[in-house]
Amino acid sequence: MRAKNYFVGAAFALLVGGMASSVRAQEIKIGEINSYSLLPAFTEPYRKGWQLAVEEINAAGGINGKKLVVISKDDGGKPADAQTAANELVSSEGVAMLAGTFLSNIGLAVSDFANQKKVFFLAAEPLTDAVTWSKGNKYTFRLRPSNYMQAAMLVEAAAKLPAKRWATIAPNYEYGQSAVAVFKKLMSEKRPDIQWVDEQWPPQGKIDAGPVVQAVAQANPEAILNVTFGADLVKLVREGNTRGLFKDRAVVSFLTGEPEYLDPLKDETPEGWIVTGYPWYSIKTPEHDAFLKAYQAKYNDYPRLGSIVGYQTIKSAAAILAKAGSTDPEKLIAAAEGLSVGSPFGETTFRKIDHQSTLGAFVGKTALKDGKGVMVESSYKKGADYLPSDAEVEKLRPKD
Amino acid sequence: MSVAPTLLAVEGLTKSYGGIHAVRGVSFELRAGEILALIGPNGAGKSTCFDMLNGQNKPDSGRIRLLGEDTTAKKPREVWRLGVGRTFQITATFATMTVRENVQVALISHQKQLLNLWGSAPRFDRDEAVRLLELVGMGGYADRPCGELAYGDLKRLELAVALANEPKLLLMDEPTAGMAPRERIDLMRLTARIAREKSIGVLFTEHDMDVVFEHADRIIVLNRGTLIAEGSPTEVRGNPQVQAVYLGEGLVYDARHREGAAT
Amino acid sequence: MAFYVVQFLTGLASAASLFLVASGLSIIFGVTRIVNFAHGAFYMVGAYIAFTLTDRLSGAFGFWGGIVVAALAVALIGVLVEMVLLRRIYHAPELFQLLATFGLTLMVEDLVVLIWGPDDLLGRRAPGFKGAVDFFGQNIPSYDLFLIVLGPVVLGILWLLFQRTRWGVLVRAATQDRDMVAALGVNQKWLFTSVFAVGVFLAALGGALQIPRDAVHHAMDLRIIVEVFVVVVIGGLGSIVGAFVAAVLVSELNAFGILIFPKISIILVFLVMAVVLIVRPWGLFGRPEAPARRTPGLTVNPWRPLTSNERLASLAALGVAAALPLFAGNYALTVGSEIAIFVIFAVSLHFLMAVGGLASFGHAAYFGLGAYGVAFLAKMAGLPMIVCLLLGPLLGCLGAAVFGFFAVQLSGVYFAMLTLAFAQIVWSIAFQWVSVTGGDNGILGVWPEKWAASPSHFYWLALGVATLVTIALRIAVFSPFGYALRATRDSALRSEAIGINVKRMQWTAFVIAGTTAGIGGALFAYLKGSVFPDNLGISLSVDALVMVLLGGVETVSGAVIGAIVYKALNIWLVSQTDLSKLVLGAFIVLIVVVFPKGIVGMLEMLAQRRKGSSPPGSTLLAKPIGPAE
Repeated sequence: MRAKNYFVGAAFALLVGGMASSVRAQEIKIGEINSYSLLPAFTEPYRKGWQLAVEEINAAGGINGKKLVVISKDDGGKPADAQTAANELVSSEGVAMLAGTFLSNIGLAVSDFANQKKVFFLAAEPLTDAVTWSKGNKYTFRLRPSNYMQAAMLVEAAAKLPAKRWATIAPNYEYGQSAVAVFKKLMSEKRPDIQWVDEQWPPQGKIDAGPVVQAVAQANPEAILNVTFGADLVKLVREGNTRGLFKDRAVVSFLTGEPEYLDPLKDETPEGWIVTGYPWYSIKTPEHDAFLKAYQAKYNDYPRLGSIVGYQTIKSAAAILAKAGSTDPEKLIAAAEGLSVGSPFGETTFRKIDHQSTLGAFVGKTALKDGKGVMVESSYKKGADYLPSDAEVEKLRPKD
Repeated sequence: MSVAPTLLAVEGLTKSYGGIHAVRGVSFELRAGEILALIGPNGAGKSTCFDMLNGQNKPDSGRIRLLGEDTTAKKPREVWRLGVGRTFQITATFATMTVRENVQVALISHQKQLLNLWGSAPRFDRDEAVRLLELVGMGGYADRPCGELAYGDLKRLELAVALANEPKLLLMDEPTAGMAPRERIDLMRLTARIAREKSIGVLFTEHDMDVVFEHADRIIVLNRGTLIAEGSPTEVRGNPQVQAVYLGEGLVYDARHREGAAT
Repeated sequence: MAFYVVQFLTGLASAASLFLVASGLSIIFGVTRIVNFAHGAFYMVGAYIAFTLTDRLSGAFGFWGGIVVAALAVALIGVLVEMVLLRRIYHAPELFQLLATFGLTLMVEDLVVLIWGPDDLLGRRAPGFKGAVDFFGQNIPSYDLFLIVLGPVVLGILWLLFQRTRWGVLVRAATQDRDMVAALGVNQKWLFTSVFAVGVFLAALGGALQIPRDAVHHAMDLRIIVEVFVVVVIGGLGSIVGAFVAAVLVSELNAFGILIFPKISIILVFLVMAVVLIVRPWGLFGRPEAPARRTPGLTVNPWRPLTSNERLASLAALGVAAALPLFAGNYALTVGSEIAIFVIFAVSLHFLMAVGGLASFGHAAYFGLGAYGVAFLAKMAGLPMIVCLLLGPLLGCLGAAVFGFFAVQLSGVYFAMLTLAFAQIVWSIAFQWVSVTGGDNGILGVWPEKWAASPSHFYWLALGVATLVTIALRIAVFSPFGYALRATRDSALRSEAIGINVKRMQWTAFVIAGTTAGIGGALFAYLKGSVFPDNLGISLSVDALVMVLLGGVETVSGAVIGAIVYKALNIWLVSQTDLSKLVLGAFIVLIVVVFPKGIVGMLEMLAQRRKGSSPPGSTLLAKPIGPAE
């Protein structure tokens, strides 16, 4: 059977590839994985962000004198492929830690891999609460404010609205479901008087926006919670605008203020939505100014939230590596727990209790300016203020 | 021969498509070892008749008894299990398999080994397969891919396949269509010999009247779905009704016949 | 009341865009029998080009002109694709064109990002159709009304085209019987090219018309392609009216379905298709496929068991593969395990496809069920690994037994689509039933026990199981069952006439293939330590098809090679470049053109030629294997 010959050929090819990656002593490697080919709109700015960070770190002398190298892999949006990549990074490239991922299920898959193989993993973008809570493990840390935190930030603003009749529109998968669940729970705690009059669950990426908008309008809510994003959001906004769904209704929307999602809406950006996001144009802090200047100088482009996440992921990773002074995973964990790292948003801490970073987000309102969508009246919400009490967290997280 | 048991008894077979009777009230009998020809002009209902006999098609009314058993509502594979072999007007063989494998499949089925996942099919009853192929004069073709065969050879292969379950009745729909005249006579002689030796009843349709009159013990004639004549070759040849039907249609036959050979 | 009218109209508007794309696909399939996977890609490119044109050209004329020009431009691309690529492979085994168009789709997905950038693009609103019309207090976007009118207008134009022109008559004739048209002396080449162009034009027009209401982005194709296939199948392949009715049916069921079950959209079209196909096996307006006519005198190489030399060679190759852990690192071994698992998956589909003539588009369902079976047993029942590996695949077996029973009642593309529907139903159960399956966050922590945990041990385990499975299926191919199964593939008529219960044979084959795929899935769960709905997804099913076709569907060992080449290449490319889809797609297209019989098919032909006995019949390529009757 010629089959087996091919097999051997393939095996040799892999072998040679494996040996070629000799470990140089003067380098520290971080293995980075993200959905570059599936979600380029979000991962391109993210990549630019971490590349800037690598450049800055090495310009400042590297990590304890060693040069930082990031080896980046695409996961194609598939958990199984992410694990293959993680394995390659750990087994073949000998990286000191793993970082990255965007989608929640991929974040969980890599986190589980890290736990099994005893590798340090810094999850960059996945939002699911499971990463740090129900499926949390000692090897996994997470940077971006979680689903719960974003919901809590929005609820704070939403609870002040007079609206009592609420409807929800969310993509029909774990992220959408848990976003709605947490929002409802926190909201009902603050406002026992509100009613949930309709919920719509379009499939992620396949919203048939007309009927959905129509169905929500029919329930006649006073306020709407939206969790859709990307192309679904564009369709929803367009149909909603045309059909007058958002007229005289409050809308609270996850992530919509992030430039990744807000910018494509251009002059059709709905006004007055309460959103979480990243108004890079109106943040006036020295930390952010420095970042913004460096970013624009290097790329001649403005940053998206992904840029911040990518930048901060590598900055945090470097800080952890520097403090640990070793690539031993146990030492990395010890170094990371409770570690404070500066960021363009101010100082953040990796909590010891659940390994969640206290990086926050901005909450504000959408508005139109010069034919483009912007966030106005925005304010930074520190992540630490929107997490449940330690006692609750301990109940949520399995014992290591 | 007159004491031979009745193999096949057909009573009042009727089938219509969209109000047009393809076959109407056809009844006849066939005895073991007897060679019965079913003839009739184009569109007379011969193929419909055939399809009903082996269960390919369900009659609207009427009854078919095979070896004393009512098979009217039975499926082709059930009819086959009772011992009925069939060849098709347009041959149906397993084109990607070799000639021997075609026969072996029939033998596998006959010996109820269809769900045998472990045995070796290439060695399955090889000798019997070769014997059957030799019987129909195809011994030298055993290892040829079936798809390569000429049309006449396919017809012979079909006969070998039809004989694989030691049938008591052979249904042959235009067995010699597409063959050279010489081959036709050979094939029908062979069929007749096998039928006599094993006391197999044969029902066949045929356009070539020479073949029919030479080999049939008895002939039944269909026209527009009804039986218009029945009897020995001599009787049928002399039947004025048959003559009337055939004089007007002879040319049509020939033309169609050749066309059929080409497809 | 007004609400229901408006909801109905909204459904109609959705139906109109679906219909445009579906009608094109239906026409192409009806005539050329090409399962045009790239139809969604043409739709997407139509939207992108229309975006650019309408952005550059101003005014109403610029907008509408841009839309039409975009559709025409894409049609031109379609003509090129047909002439350069598809024409070469019309005579390749059925579904080989699927492989070619799949490769094309992969390429386009990366190309649009290279050309237009990664961001979602917001197209212009249609001049004159920007607002909404008030209907008893409900707003209907005027663009929706435009689409509602456009749908029947296009239907009418197509009807006239098919009923009133010579070209249309030929197309209709070709839809019913390709060979007959060839026999009439019509230049089949140009008929096919023109049909392809019309089909692609409709797809691109559908895409271009989306820009006022959608975002233009690089995943548009996948979003629509499956749904469009489903619509075409529900309507009946080749039937334009069917496509229209099906589009309306699906859209309206969705529009009203979400009022009662807001989560129904994700699965609705597949449920409808499954029900329609079970009740009406040829779709609402379809007719039974004319059995493919076999020209006498053509053949494929008859299959034979390995000679003793070949056996020795395989054994030696296996020995080398087994020695891999002696010199390869952990990563190579884990990749080796993954490849071995995909060999299992591919040979299982190959058994169904090549031996049984049943091309399943949803084979991942049984792979995934095997994986979930293991996950349930390991995580919920806490059973030991070896027990899980033995019992897990039974879930695949069970699924195959249930779904296979219905699926084998159909044949050809209808069979393929029903298997796809079942797979999507299983997928959405795994996706939605969060309390049991964990939804898309999957089930984690399914790691192997100590004895199999090291990469080398797991590799040996996977290699061993893959070898056993491959040998077992090979034995089955040359068993009496395997012969009889091939017989049913070659001629169902003859098979029934010699006592073979065709459906039962096919069902048995389906269960065997499903169980075997389940074995692969079970190992996969342990390799990855987790199970996700992805393991049941369409893209995995397509991967399996590609592996089988790449190796050569007419050969016995094609799937093994196909799986090794495809998987190894895929893993390597994904690791090396972000443009893996572009490279992989180009590779597939190249293979299709150079080796139209697959890699192993090609090798066999070369071997035959070297022996001097050139295979009888240069017609080799003309023999479509597959669900022919």
